[in-house]
Amino acid sequence: MSATRVLVGTRKGAFVLTSDGKRERWEVSGPHFAGWEIYHMTGSPADPNRLYASQTSGWFGQVIQRSSDGGTTWEPVGNKFAYDGVPGTHQWYDGTQHPWEFKRVWHLEPSLADPDTVYAGVEDAALFRTVDGGQTWQELPGLRRAKGHLWQPGAGGMGLHTIVLDPSDPERIFIAISAAGVFRTDDAGATWRPVNGGLKSNYELPDPEAEVGHCVHRIAMHPSRPNVLFMQKHWDVMRSDDAGESWREISGDLPSDFGFPIAVHAHEPETIYVVPIKSDSEHYPPDGKLRVYRSRTGGNEWEALTKGLPQRDCYVNVLRDAMAVDSLDPCGVYFGTTGGQVYASADAGDRWTPIVRDLPAVLSVEVQTLP
Amino acid sequence: MIRVVLPAHLRSLARVDGQVRLEIEGPVTLQSVLDALEARYPVLRGTIRDHVSHERRAFLRFFACKQDLSHEPPDALLPDAVAAGEEPFRIVGALAGG
Repeated sequence: MSATRVLVGTRKGAFVLTSDGKRERWEVSGPHFAGWEIYHMTGSPADPNRLYASQTSGWFGQVIQRSSDGGTTWEPVGNKFAYDGVPGTHQWYDGTQHPWEFKRVWHLEPSLADPDTVYAGVEDAALFRTVDGGQTWQELPGLRRAKGHLWQPGAGGMGLHTIVLDPSDPERIFIAISAAGVFRTDDAGATWRPVNGGLKSNYELPDPEAEVGHCVHRIAMHPSRPNVLFMQKHWDVMRSDDAGESWREISGDLPSDFGFPIAVHAHEPETIYVVPIKSDSEHYPPDGKLRVYRSRTGGNEWEALTKGLPQRDCYVNVLRDAMAVDSLDPCGVYFGTTGGQVYASADAGDRWTPIVRDLPAVLSVEVQTLP
Repeated sequence: MIRVVLPAHLRSLARVDGQVRLEIEGPVTLQSVLDALEARYPVLRGTIRDHVSHERRAFLRFFACKQDLSHEPPDALLPDAVAAGEEPFRIVGALAGG
């Protein structure tokens, strides 16, 4: 019988939720790293007992934690994220150039093949990599040469929040940065270029079709179709069928096309999930109804998934890293809210149940399907 | 013997209970105390002062003998009572307000 492990990062610690393959009864472990913000916690595809967590604090800065036993015990590893060479500058709020300053790790993406190799997306936006299990981190500085001087932080900070590794081509990586956009490398991180063609930011940018500056919230890929990407942008849900070269809108009949996470069904590459949020100034669901929307057609036609989710007086948000799928059949879908609930569906979104209801605000959710 | 009081989150990170006691060779300064602390507990590197610039993190404070030493230069001598181990050197998380 397979098992499921849900890794939850919150504003005040990490929690590990475990169940068998039925996904009905859950054990809750935590808080780990109590009192610290856990921006992200995830496991290695190559060794599911190898976990990494980004532990941060406005007082004490960044810590990276590593577990080799599935989250039972942890050890702090390297936390030195030094930009390569002279850090240089990016756009600042007042129109001047501002030096790059490390603030925190937003997202950790372990290699598909090696548990000791992990990519880290940081604020101020840059990509780092470790090849020694987190002991030391080196920047891939080519990314910031992709018009980095034009990047400008939004109100939420200039974070590199999404890292998508191409399972068919180890040289190709996609990343996304708030208020900068999507970037792609085809040479394992040496050189990068923006891949934002087709994005339109009519309200946020003076040139709505600028090459960089789009506020991409999240991108997702199904491993069987690495050239197909789905995107939740600040406004607009988008799709690319050519590895980011061009994007087209697939918001269709959503009640709002603003939101943060986007996820792809584990076994159906054209089935995708979003959580519509009312607007960029009202970070809660439309009409006080928490609804996941599912498209089985790769976008444009969407259905509301409501069974088990609050359909009145609900004003929580679901953050960009707080939705994930397992690889069981039927596919399980999970998301966490800023109200501290973690909801699970063991039937691809048809029905939902809260695993826990009263955690601190949830920042990230990842799922591991264990043998 | 220098006595150092860490905030709770750094005590748990370094896995220490109570005060930390450090032997310092030479002048007892902010820098020499922090150098010795980080040498004993490498996990604290980057959590009190920046890895590269060695500047104090913005929301930490250094107190001793009822004085705020946060803005003293790194090579300033700490009070005699701290150097003699009679009073602790306190690393404090600044008030968040609220």
